[in-house]
Amino acid sequence: MSVAIEVQKLNKQFVLRHTRSLKEAIVWLVTGRKGDISKKFHALHNVDLEIQQGETVALLGLNGSGKSTLLKHISGVMLPDSGSVRTRGRVAGLIEVGAGFHHDLSGRENVYLNGAILGMTEAQIDEQFDSIVEFSEIGEFIDTEVRFYSSGMYLRLAFSVAVHTDPEVFLVDEILAVGDEPFQRKCLARIKELSAAGKTLVVVSHDLELVSRICDRGVVLKHGNIVFDGAIDAAVAQLRSQV
Amino acid sequence: MTTASDFSETAPLVRPGVGGGLADVFRQRFLLKLLVRKELQIRYKGSVLGLLWSYVKPGVQFLVFYIALGVFLGLEKSARNPDGLANYAVYLFSGIVLINFFTEALSNAARSIVGNGGLIKKIYLPRELFPVASVWVSAVHFIPQLIVLVVACVFAGWHPSLLQLVAAIAGFVIVAMLATGLGLLFGSANVYFRDSENIVDMLLMVATWTSPIMYSWTMVQSKLGASWYAVYQVNPITIGVEAFHYAFWLPTTDETAPMPPNLLPLWVPVGIVVSLAVLVLGQWVFRRLEGRFAQEL
Repeated sequence: MSVAIEVQKLNKQFVLRHTRSLKEAIVWLVTGRKGDISKKFHALHNVDLEIQQGETVALLGLNGSGKSTLLKHISGVMLPDSGSVRTRGRVAGLIEVGAGFHHDLSGRENVYLNGAILGMTEAQIDEQFDSIVEFSEIGEFIDTEVRFYSSGMYLRLAFSVAVHTDPEVFLVDEILAVGDEPFQRKCLARIKELSAAGKTLVVVSHDLELVSRICDRGVVLKHGNIVFDGAIDAAVAQLRSQV
Repeated sequence: MTTASDFSETAPLVRPGVGGGLADVFRQRFLLKLLVRKELQIRYKGSVLGLLWSYVKPGVQFLVFYIALGVFLGLEKSARNPDGLANYAVYLFSGIVLINFFTEALSNAARSIVGNGGLIKKIYLPRELFPVASVWVSAVHFIPQLIVLVVACVFAGWHPSLLQLVAAIAGFVIVAMLATGLGLLFGSANVYFRDSENIVDMLLMVATWTSPIMYSWTMVQSKLGASWYAVYQVNPITIGVEAFHYAFWLPTTDETAPMPPNLLPLWVPVGIVVSLAVLVLGQWVFRRLEGRFAQEL
């Protein structure tokens, strides 16, 4: 087994800037930088994490603990202030399904657009298209504009595209509450299939029940620090004891 | 599945989110194509005239300028006004189509990063795609205007040489590179300071008048003198517009009208160099700033 994700001494500070105008910034500069134009806070603090290929890992923590920020570093959306993040193979995020969907396009066009955004080639989408539509249970509505879809249909199609991207590392952020009960079961089955096929899975969710069904390993974050790393049941127990 | 995991066994560990800039856009041609198609599809969604707006707007703009400048201010050559420009309508329109392309490209590119913030915050993809797609969309909208221009030229007795057609292409490339470079620059700055959009709007208003679109370059030369005129002439939009005049307007006249000296041997290469420099600068600034897009948007 080789390392799929390697995070070393990762630090990330956020600048909470309240101003968005050049005028205020200049006034602040010429008045001798009085006061603090921005507030900083440590979102991640010296985080070390190594995930082996094929592992299923849950990132757990209360709101604001830094778990989504960590996921964004792994996906490359954010870059570290210091330290390093390295990944092996193609990483695809199921980070908020439907980002990149456009209301005025048909389901078919959105499948292509979203697939390409998630890193699929034209040939791959052509090949997977029927399977994507079938999995989403959209059926004949595939050529209808997405704006006329119910929220369930919308999410099902988006999720379906995402699980067909076939990356080596799968990042999942709070999106498992997709559609109705039967579809959720189908999603879970699909995710388990992926992990059985040796895909690496990193999940962020507040649904502890669900997470402990999918993942083997749990990493608990608190105020940007890793406070626990071990078996999922112990991690869930650790998190529950925080509350 | 074995092939996929075999691949990942051998694939190296890489830092995610560190892209290759504009080269990545080229690698992601398929996604670029889809983004451009999306923009084109949704632009006139829900409007009755649809794509016709791409003709109506420049048409009205042309009429207004033609009547106000050509007729009222006497730029058009006529029996009573022998000092005017022959075929002023063609002169004016060949400049207008190019500046319209530039205006649309830059103002959309400057807004493209903030406009696609939802996506940029969540999924990593080469962010240069968005400004480049904006310029591309504007280029598509430029085509119907170009067709109208060519039809008008043919009616006015257009007989271009090959060199003149090459000059037109060069003029377009110069302006497209400039729009992309400035689009990258202002698009990324706009994430941090939304003033950037307003600076761009102002810049575009100025750009319309600092190039010989409505008037003749000889007027500038006689007022500014040779050295300041050289400064005026360095502007890539000026060079692009003059190349368009040389390609579309001049062959519809008796070709006696003076063109700026050294347009082809000196100024067109200068325009290419300046635009390329702006493109490199835009890319450099963009790459400096893009690391924090996700948290600033």
